[in-house]
Amino acid sequence: MLKMPALDEGVLARRDRIVADLRAIVPGEGVIDSEAGRRAYECDALTAYRQMPMVVVLPSTTDQVAQVLRYCRDNGIKVVPRGAGTGLSGSALPLGDGVLLAMGKFNRILEIDYDNRVVVCQPGVTNLGITTAVQGDGFYYAPDPSSQIACTIGGNVAENSGGVHCLKYGVTTNNVLGVELVTIDGEVLRIGGKHLDADAYDLLGVIVGSEGLLGVVTEVTVRILRKPDTARAVLLGFPSVEQGGACVAAIISAGIIPGGMEMMDKPAIVAAEAFVHANYPLDVESLLIVELDGPAAEVEELIGSVEEIARAHGAVYARTSESEEERLRFWAGRKSAFPAVGRIGPDYYCMDGTIPRRRLPEVLRRMYELADSYGLRLANVFHAGDGNLHPLILYDASKPGDTERAESFGADILRLCVEVGGVLTGEHGVGVEKRDLMGAMFGEADLAQQQRLKCAFDPGGLLNPGKVFPVLHRCAELGRMHVRRGELPFPELPRF
Amino acid sequence: MTETFKPADAAQLREVVAWAAAEEIPLDLAGSGTKRGYGRPVQARHAVDLSAISGILAYEPEELILTAAAATPMAEIEAAISAKGQMLAFEPVDLSALLGAAAGGGTIGGALACGISGPRRVKAGAARDHLLGFHAVSGRGEIFKAGSKVVKNVTGYDLPKIFCGSLGTLGAMTEVTVKVLPAPPKARTVLLFGLDVAAAVRAMTDALNSPFEVSGAALLPASIAARSAIDMVRAAGASVVALRIEGTPASVAARCSGLRALLAGRAPDEELHSMRSRRLWVEIRDVGALLPDAAAALWRVSVPPAAAPAITAALPGDWFLDWGGGLIWIAVPPGTEAEATRIRGAVAAAGTGGHATLLRAPASLRAGIDVFHPQPAALARLSARVKESFDPKRILNPGRLYAGV
Ligand SMILES: Cc1cc2nc3c(=O)[nH]c(=O)nc-3n(C[C@H](O)[C@H](O)[C@H](O)COP(=O)(O)OP(=O)(O)OC[C@H]3O[C@@H](n4cnc5c(N)ncnc54)[C@H](O)[C@@H]3O)c2cc1C
Repeated sequence: MLKMPALDEGVLARRDRIVADLRAIVPGEGVIDSEAGRRAYECDALTAYRQMPMVVVLPSTTDQVAQVLRYCRDNGIKVVPRGAGTGLSGSALPLGDGVLLAMGKFNRILEIDYDNRVVVCQPGVTNLGITTAVQGDGFYYAPDPSSQIACTIGGNVAENSGGVHCLKYGVTTNNVLGVELVTIDGEVLRIGGKHLDADAYDLLGVIVGSEGLLGVVTEVTVRILRKPDTARAVLLGFPSVEQGGACVAAIISAGIIPGGMEMMDKPAIVAAEAFVHANYPLDVESLLIVELDGPAAEVEELIGSVEEIARAHGAVYARTSESEEERLRFWAGRKSAFPAVGRIGPDYYCMDGTIPRRRLPEVLRRMYELADSYGLRLANVFHAGDGNLHPLILYDASKPGDTERAESFGADILRLCVEVGGVLTGEHGVGVEKRDLMGAMFGEADLAQQQRLKCAFDPGGLLNPGKVFPVLHRCAELGRMHVRRGELPFPELPRF
Repeated sequence: MTETFKPADAAQLREVVAWAAAEEIPLDLAGSGTKRGYGRPVQARHAVDLSAISGILAYEPEELILTAAAATPMAEIEAAISAKGQMLAFEPVDLSALLGAAAGGGTIGGALACGISGPRRVKAGAARDHLLGFHAVSGRGEIFKAGSKVVKNVTGYDLPKIFCGSLGTLGAMTEVTVKVLPAPPKARTVLLFGLDVAAAVRAMTDALNSPFEVSGAALLPASIAARSAIDMVRAAGASVVALRIEGTPASVAARCSGLRALLAGRAPDEELHSMRSRRLWVEIRDVGALLPDAAAALWRVSVPPAAAPAITAALPGDWFLDWGGGLIWIAVPPGTEAEATRIRGAVAAAGTGGHATLLRAPASLRAGIDVFHPQPAALARLSARVKESFDPKRILNPGRLYAGV
């Protein structure tokens, strides 16, 4: 059972007063305390965990955010920021004694600046909303999570989200130049901007991916790119996962960085085909979609190279998209893989570890052995270019014990990823889901150092506590140094 | 400084730092020491020479990663990866000559700790985008690691980002894992002659906004172009805009002609091929050949590209533009605070943000003025707390970034 920070009874006892005070800051419907109103916020997309927030606040100005945060700091009230709630790791899970700060009203694009190739927007703008605003002029925002219709750029910043195009174009952190951040002290900081370089400490670099633990983002400046001239995709089928994996390595070794390179294993292929009829071959063990984008001359050349490499690596199926419609059909199966697998589930649990790619065959084999021992089914989709796995565990939440088994299977998969030199999460974040596994990847000193950084932003530990870090330490305790005075050891240490 | 310690490995380094922390003795950290002239002068009692912590530990071209001990010479890294047709895509700048050391020196850890990226920044990202993970000894004398050894990771805070550019003030890195990428087989440069600053920035913007994937965009005013070793640039007798295109041969040829067609009629144009193109971008990257006065103070100004015309109009001294206007290199006589005020004043007057760093100047000047752009009070306080979270006794390169940090 997930252990969350102890409820602060003192805060709960003052709930009515707190709601009234918050209403004085954010008037009208911006403060929600009704049971029904709060219910809509009780979980993010990791629906296994639910918790009603004490109160929901929907600010609409930076000044309101600053006042709310200062109020919460002064009164020792916890705060959980939230975007669209599409997060898959429970990092926006509310706290029963906390304010849920929902940023949905920050939904305006503030500036489109083609001369500096940036868009400045509020954090509640959806990921796709940015591309939509600039695509008429031939531009787009590159990181494209599958949830892009719904998820917000603020959530993307907090999770450092990726997408199928991030091998070539980078994840969120590589495409964000600046933020306005409100600290728990209510200070409004402008970090970065439209220029390309940090001035001193790259604070933006740690704010991106900080899962709402360092501050509340109230404005984001992202880089936009010119849409490539052409994009074409090659669909490749292999008689084994090993051969598919070897083909991926060979493509990269040949100096080709495709716009996207995605792999699916047999169960995922079958599920996707049954769901969207993408014309996937069903007699292969692994399917690879390789998308080449860029100037037409280059795409032409690279498609030829990829086809050749695929043949040399035993591809038994190869088809290159001849039209935009066909290219989209290749992708349709991959993009709907989650719901497709969900259909046969009836429930699925999506994991997100990254591994060194060369370990793929071994990791897949061991995952299927685990699946057998847990008596659960498994399907795999995979950002093949960067080794980011999305194993989908199928289970039935209505069957007693199934959910717990799925979770413990998932934890085993993530430990396996770390064991082979990989990580717990490639793009979905730690949240509450992988919090207690952090020790598999980081030692105590590593985690303590990360938490000390958190203390520099939020000494009272009020921002999104209970997420990311398995054990909460007080900042004073973390800051203490155990000094040992005396002679410099290593008398033999070379010195000059 | 009384003594220089030269630890052989992370364990010995940890002992030195733990001792210094206990005794509250400030340390000056250096890899090969080529960039010692960058930043505010450090008042340290002892120096730590990290150069023994060296050597490539793992290089897996198909995984796109390389792990090396932090003081591995950059030259060794570049030799290893170029043998496999790969590169550090942020195009590390060789500041050695500029800062009075022998060219080609420098370590990978030093380059990342300075966090200075070359011309390809506009397309491929900065140094900070390529550091995936590291091991370090904190100012508490503790060994810790952060990030990972795979190209995609969001587990925990992204500490590699904040270590890039931290100039050794947060910890002494002992091991780094970087992302490497395939090097383009071919590069060409389209040159446009005689444009004024506004028209040149316009042309660079249009080029960077085109689908031709420009990977370098610089403006050399006429007097600067005259210093180039590349004949076609030197002999121009006018300002030169340089636009680089990299990739496979067929692609480069097609994109160059597309780009020239896009910009046709604005100015006379030319194309530089292979070696000459490569050498021009080394000149732009490493700066020294174009701003050769070794006695001048050198400023590095990072701004939104569109602000470049207004800012350069107000500038003293010699300057040129990289990053499509987003990076301004300026050489001025090393006088007093007046230049700092004027340069930072010009950035402020443009009103669109950015910052100016004094990259090179006599130590007396660097001790007297803000080498890094002064921060608003709240941000400065946060920076100081960040420093303390890694180095509570402020013993690692104290004052190198800001006084008291
Ligand atoms: C079907 C589906 C597909 C998905 N596909 C992908 C994918 O391809 N790639 C990928 O990376 N992710 C994917 N995700 C995960 C999810 O969409 C991303 O993590 C997304 O960035 C979350 O955005 P959100 O607005 O929903 O944030 P939320 O879930 O509301 O919040 C996420 C985190 O951000 C914090 N936060 C939100 N706004 C702010 C703010 N303004 N200031 C500070 N902190 C804030 C919250 O506290 C929380 O910690 C997918 C999810 C689903 C349901």
